[in-house]
Amino acid sequence: MSARNLLLGLLALLVVAPALVGAYPLAVLILILHYAYLGIAWNVMMGFAGLLSLGHTLYVGLGAYVAAALYASFGLPALLGAIPAAIVATLAGLGIGALGFRFRVNGVYFALLTIAFAEFTRILFDHMGWTGGSSGFFLPVEHGQVSPVALRGPPILFYYVALAMAAGGFMLARSLMRTRLGYAWLAIREDPDSAAASGVDVFRARMAAVAVSSALTSLGGVFYAFYYNNMYPEQIFSMARSIEIILAPIIGGLGTLFGPVLGSFVLTLLGEGTTGLLEHLGLAAPGAKQVIYGVALLVIVTVQPAGLWPWLAKRLRIGRDG
Amino acid sequence: MAEPLLTASGLSKGFRGLKAVNGVSFSIGSGDILAMIGPNGAGKTTCFNLIAGAMLPDAGEVRLAGQPITGLRADQVCRAGIGRTFQLVKPFAGLSVLDNVTVGALNAVRHVAEAKERARAVLDLLDLGHKIGEPASALTLPDRKRLEVARALATGPKLLLLDEVMAGLRPTECDRLVEILAGLNRRDGLTILLIEHVMRAVMKLAQRILVLHHGEKIAEGVAEAVVRDPAVLDSYLGEEAP
Repeated sequence: MSARNLLLGLLALLVVAPALVGAYPLAVLILILHYAYLGIAWNVMMGFAGLLSLGHTLYVGLGAYVAAALYASFGLPALLGAIPAAIVATLAGLGIGALGFRFRVNGVYFALLTIAFAEFTRILFDHMGWTGGSSGFFLPVEHGQVSPVALRGPPILFYYVALAMAAGGFMLARSLMRTRLGYAWLAIREDPDSAAASGVDVFRARMAAVAVSSALTSLGGVFYAFYYNNMYPEQIFSMARSIEIILAPIIGGLGTLFGPVLGSFVLTLLGEGTTGLLEHLGLAAPGAKQVIYGVALLVIVTVQPAGLWPWLAKRLRIGRDG
Repeated sequence: MAEPLLTASGLSKGFRGLKAVNGVSFSIGSGDILAMIGPNGAGKTTCFNLIAGAMLPDAGEVRLAGQPITGLRADQVCRAGIGRTFQLVKPFAGLSVLDNVTVGALNAVRHVAEAKERARAVLDLLDLGHKIGEPASALTLPDRKRLEVARALATGPKLLLLDEVMAGLRPTECDRLVEILAGLNRRDGLTILLIEHVMRAVMKLAQRILVLHHGEKIAEGVAEAVVRDPAVLDSYLGEEAP
């Protein structure tokens, strides 16, 4: 099987899926696609350029708040609000990147920097009156309004938007990997000194990775805002969500294209499945899902440290393309 | 007389009081091969790092074809036309052999497809053509050394800096690499500066030799003369007991 056929098959299945499933599975699929998308976006930094960010909720939150505030205040439709949202998030990312890369803050120290920025942005929003502070921000909802441009409508609309974002993010990542910049990223990930000695401008390539990743992630935030219609700094900027974003690509396979998608399917189904099962058994306890997550992570990184996708690709005889 | 391709003048670098390189000056004409030899710790690799932009000199200047390149970053030096290898090889371990060299080739050509073609040609030249699909991490040390040379060569340098690429190679492998490098020098006029301990390779390749000892240049000249210089012999073997 070729990667291309697998991709087209999966895409076709996902396009017709809403006709085949009910409301709950559709909601789960939306979640899967949303996390697949965020995973793809995060993977551009970590998987491709080797930059560990543990503060990606910063971009989700900024994207969500900017687009939501512009919609609530000026009625700017989500599709247009996404532009300033992406700009704000990208500028934040570039600021962090410039700080980190100029002063040679590498590896885990760079990760700490990303956490720090996400955390103090959370605190900032907690105390910012005009976006509701810690009591949250709510989007006005008009019943019966259907508008793809404003991201207003029934779940099926959000499903197709999530699908388009995941597919678009995938294709973008795939084509970037075949460019000069993609090669520069991989080289830097493997060895920054060798990359520089081979003519790669390490600073610029890293900044480009941050820009692409933060912009894409912020669009995920815009989606989040209009899908849930509410956001709390405590939630949207939380460290736990940053971790949630990075689990899918790690489980699926860092630096691979299918990894975040596969990881998101496995983790979301696992999470929802166990929640359902635990409820059914009357054992639903807070944190049970996290325990399952933890165990799954443990098992997978022990058995398949490179992630599920490289293992599956070998079984399906798919080349290094994935 | 034509302008030298590379001129280093008064290069100095200290690490906490230790003068690793102290006022070293030399030049290489276009199309020449110069070998830099000297005991361990003589400052040879530091010299390389100063030229290649991996380190900033405390004093001194480096010029490439008359243009000052002192203070440029490593990638800028590479773009200016200097390719280098690392003494402790630094392959892109997770990438295929072809991708390793493609990264280098992208310094010379714009498009990925072109770069892959170029990388293939360079790999064929270095007898690695049959291993292009393998991950670099799977290569043996001699192959990694060749990969290091291939990647540097693919960047399209005017000047190639080779840091002990012969070390660990068997005599036949060493001779083969010498043959390849001599060929590049003859055919394409590639200028080479090499750090080397394997005298078999030095004597076959280099027209001139420069000897460093304790960070200072103690001899420079035609290969045959330098290796008979008493000061050079002393630096390697120690002075004769009176």
